[in-house]
Amino acid sequence: MALNSVWVYAEVADGKPTAGTLELLTKARALGAGSVAAFVVGDAGEAAGALGAHGAATVYATGDLGGKLPGPTGSGAIKALIDGGSAPDLIMFPMTYGARDVAGRLSVKLDRTVLTNNIDIDVAGDDVTVTTAIFGGNTLVTTKFTTAGPHLAMFRPKSFAAEEGGAAAGAVVAAAVPDLGASGAATVLAVHTEESSGPKLDEANIVVSGGRGLGEAGKYVLIEQLAKLLKAAPGASRAIVDAGWVPYSYQVGQTGKVVKPTVYIAAGISGATQHMVGMKGSKNIIAINKDKEAPIFGIADLGIVGDVHKVLPKLIEALQQRG
Amino acid sequence: MNIVVCVKQIPDPASPGALDPSSNTLKREGKLVLDDSDRYGVEMALQLVGKAGGGEVTLVSMAPNGEVSGMREGLAMGAAKGVLVSDPALKGSDALTTAKVLAGAIRRAGEADLVLTGTESSDGYTGTVPEQIAELLGLPSITFAKKVEIDGSTVMVQRQTDAGYDEVTAPLPAVLSVTAGVVEPRYPSFKGIMSAKSKPVDTCTAADLGVTPAGWDGAGQQIVNVTAAEARKAGEVVEDDGEGFAKVIAFLENLKVI
Repeated sequence: MALNSVWVYAEVADGKPTAGTLELLTKARALGAGSVAAFVVGDAGEAAGALGAHGAATVYATGDLGGKLPGPTGSGAIKALIDGGSAPDLIMFPMTYGARDVAGRLSVKLDRTVLTNNIDIDVAGDDVTVTTAIFGGNTLVTTKFTTAGPHLAMFRPKSFAAEEGGAAAGAVVAAAVPDLGASGAATVLAVHTEESSGPKLDEANIVVSGGRGLGEAGKYVLIEQLAKLLKAAPGASRAIVDAGWVPYSYQVGQTGKVVKPTVYIAAGISGATQHMVGMKGSKNIIAINKDKEAPIFGIADLGIVGDVHKVLPKLIEALQQRG
Repeated sequence: MNIVVCVKQIPDPASPGALDPSSNTLKREGKLVLDDSDRYGVEMALQLVGKAGGGEVTLVSMAPNGEVSGMREGLAMGAAKGVLVSDPALKGSDALTTAKVLAGAIRRAGEADLVLTGTESSDGYTGTVPEQIAELLGLPSITFAKKVEIDGSTVMVQRQTDAGYDEVTAPLPAVLSVTAGVVEPRYPSFKGIMSAKSKPVDTCTAADLGVTPAGWDGAGQQIVNVTAAEARKAGEVVEDDGEGFAKVIAFLENLKVI
């Protein structure tokens, strides 16, 4: 038999469900469960329309959190719904900061394992298996849940394509947050947004990323110039984010953004596993690196073995001349 | 101010990872090193204790075969002592069991004002353990902390977000996961390395902590298949002779993106 009930941990930003949320709802629908619901930490509001169109007949929502973090509130509200008799067989989470906290706390409350970093899921009879990619994506590991549900599984962005199913808006049901005691005592005082111009990293058609091979923070301007000329988004490896050259929001990789642009240009990036898992799904990859043994050349469609300080200025000049 | 830091001892990341063919889990044999991403937590703990003007830093870790070489690296940086949970029955533990063990070890380490962890390990990277520990200990938590300040009995944190950062506060005691790059980890001095050898490490088993090891069978998960992913083929690789940029232009023209 198939699953009776699947929930998707849904995230809403600026009144709309995030891309990762809609990807998971589309996949949840395809699993053939009896019912699909979305769970929103915060207000569902107008997002119920898009959530419903992508498959969520029911939208559970906690309402405004009053500055509390999603981890304790979200897990507390889900546990209360389950205790109230609405236990799903499976809860799918996007791999985000907030969802990770919710899944972690919920796994303790339910005493269930949580499997993270998945890129696929399969249901055969009562068996639910998820697949994750390890060793920089060259090995796929499939793992089966061996206890009774609810199974908790987290998925990397862009694991599935989002598609509307044409259903009406989901029916919004209030989900109460129980008293959390000390575990819910953290409070958000202020929210800061780091401004970035140009296309968004995870939506851009072209991404130009720089790494340690640039040598120093001041040379990142080469990446920005090239990105601007190509109408691309600038990105970065973890090494230079950790070194403080660029903000974390630029990071492509395991702990950063997953990108799948038409063209990915990696300049001065050797190709650590951490980085490769975030960009190897790009349609075309161009790598520029002075070390011809760099792993990045193993997946590049075009590799230039050369000094980025020589190649990038010439490339920028040539593009400028084209206008 | 007493701070407990969870540290993971992992296989050297410079050597290629491998799976144990009998269990399909990561091989974690031989000498282990301190996970680089944990050095930030150790450094931050040392700085916070220094600013508070008293207290000590305790490291807790779970590792096979009584392995302490990675933990000694943290003791050499300046941590005062360690609690090591080593138990063959813990082999194959999932993230939840790991969190139960670490929560037990944190309690065993004594009263802590603050518990610090990395955001995720560099070998398994499930990324849920910090929040699971907080839930098990009944404490507030702030994950992905990139700046941490203590003010009396509260902690102020800049928490990394997709769009920037949030300012978040919590009463102590609390659990924080800290991002890499948050502080510059110190190199152990020669004196530190020598004194680390004699610092106390309290070695215990799961039973000592009252945790039932789940092991292979009770972890709630079983690896059923391991396959090679479809490999992405390398394309043309050319040495830059001063005209390498033209190859890039031609490639982009061919794709009609310029």
